[in-house]
Amino acid sequence: MSKVYIGCGAGFSGDRFDAALPVVDTLSRCDGARFLIFEVLAERTLAIAQRIRMKDPNAGYSPYLDAYIEPILKKAKDNDIRIVSNLGAANPQGAAKRIHQLARELGIEGLKIAVVSGDDLLELYSPQDIQELPTMEGISLGGREIVAANAYLGARPIADALQLDADIVLVGRTTDAALTLGPLLHVHGWQEQDWDRIAQGTLAGHLLECGGQVTGAYFADPGFKDVPNLAEVGFPIAEIDVNGEVIITKAAHTGGLVSQATVTEQILYEMHDPGNYLTPDVTLDVTDVCLEDAGPNRIRVTGALGKPPPPTLKVTVSVDGGWLGEGEITYAGPNALARAELAASVLKRRSQILGVQEPLRVDIIGTGAVHDNDMSAKRQQQPSSAAGEYRVRAAIRSESQKTAQQISDEVLSLYCSGPAAGGGVRQYVSQQVSTASVLIEPEKVLPHVLAMRVEA
Amino acid sequence: MIEVPLHAVAHGRAGDKGNRSNISVIAYDETLYPLLLEQVTEDRVLRIFRHRGASKVTRYELPNLAAINFVIDDALEGGVNASLNLDGHGKTLSFLLLGELTVRVEAEQLPPGSPYLS
Repeated sequence: MSKVYIGCGAGFSGDRFDAALPVVDTLSRCDGARFLIFEVLAERTLAIAQRIRMKDPNAGYSPYLDAYIEPILKKAKDNDIRIVSNLGAANPQGAAKRIHQLARELGIEGLKIAVVSGDDLLELYSPQDIQELPTMEGISLGGREIVAANAYLGARPIADALQLDADIVLVGRTTDAALTLGPLLHVHGWQEQDWDRIAQGTLAGHLLECGGQVTGAYFADPGFKDVPNLAEVGFPIAEIDVNGEVIITKAAHTGGLVSQATVTEQILYEMHDPGNYLTPDVTLDVTDVCLEDAGPNRIRVTGALGKPPPPTLKVTVSVDGGWLGEGEITYAGPNALARAELAASVLKRRSQILGVQEPLRVDIIGTGAVHDNDMSAKRQQQPSSAAGEYRVRAAIRSESQKTAQQISDEVLSLYCSGPAAGGGVRQYVSQQVSTASVLIEPEKVLPHVLAMRVEA
Repeated sequence: MIEVPLHAVAHGRAGDKGNRSNISVIAYDETLYPLLLEQVTEDRVLRIFRHRGASKVTRYELPNLAAINFVIDDALEGGVNASLNLDGHGKTLSFLLLGELTVRVEAEQLPPGSPYLS
């Protein structure tokens, strides 16, 4: 029975750049259709790419394209490992041109790239049309300037692109799982009514899409959950047969761990109702999924069930989110906490003196700040050790860059004007993107595939 | 019976969507799963996240995986869109739940050599 082998080379934009190499080595020895996916497109990543494209029409694809693709392109082509990725971001055609250029530099002949477009709703609709779509979650759009509006395409256009014999398929916004399901629809020929198989393929995609998160990364808790050689964690490979049975394993000769525990954590990652995980391809039900050991670092995954997809597609709309201003400073040694508390109260008072209206948050890192709230309610309740090392952090969001900078600068000024012995100031002022999810009827979105070939 | 943090008997991972967090709680040993179902209730989880503005907790059970999935509404102070928290995604919140919620177990039910036995 022929199997499809799908490896993952990146689970987010900025994921480890050399992780794909062992995956490609392992895939090249697999007997069956082989694919390599790179998932590098979070909600905000696309909006940032769109902003870059506005300034330079040739840019707007992943800034890490070269770092991910160049080291593996020749070996992938030589071994018939086809690449499916959302490295295209806001400009999949620009990404295709760049890969063609890389192919020429590397002496690769006859590389065929297909581009899936149609996710970008700003190509079809006016900002006003988009403002009127019903909101599912997130901020109200309220007339703010739209930076990006992209519908989540499903796996079918990716399968169509592979049908054109493409070595590489570049997409903008699709569901992350579609990068895996597309190749499965193409090779196994699953049809629209094969809901349970499509569900298994979607689950395989969900397990692959965060890279090492299923193979022991983002998992280790020393003494409780130990993971061998995390520094060289092997990225995942899924083996999927025509009936939809899935084996999750990882690249050979790498660190990491594939166990029932690592797979269970990733099944439930970013999942709400496990009986109804909505995608444009299928409504996935993982409630009765079974995991079995199938050899060292091999877990068999069965039992996902599928129902028809929801009647609408999800669209992420990104709008200007103003500015985030942050600053940090450290106090250490005897009475450090008292000095940090004094610094915190100085920052709050300074914000009042400056007439800043926006809420200011001041954390003391070292007291469980990330688990606390804006008012530091937990820190006020619990006595902390007075000596030690504490880092004061101020944060503010403002429509005004100047206000964000002012608060960040107030932390800097603690060097000379704050409590004794503050050190290690870092300042961050960054432009923000806010997002909302809205819904659109699938008929109003028109995915299309464009094939491009590079001649030697 | 001894009272131990949930961390002694379960592991988990947090994810975000908008202002909603989901945290899985997975029994290290499947024989402990009924105990988790009995003691790790929606109400108790909500209390851990009240200070963050959490408004509602929904619990989903996955007995085959010895896992529970908690969906916690409004726990992220606005999430990455609006939060001033250093961890706007709430990725660290799995360990807030594992650390602050306690369960009552027989000492023999902990893994041998567990740091929580000493």
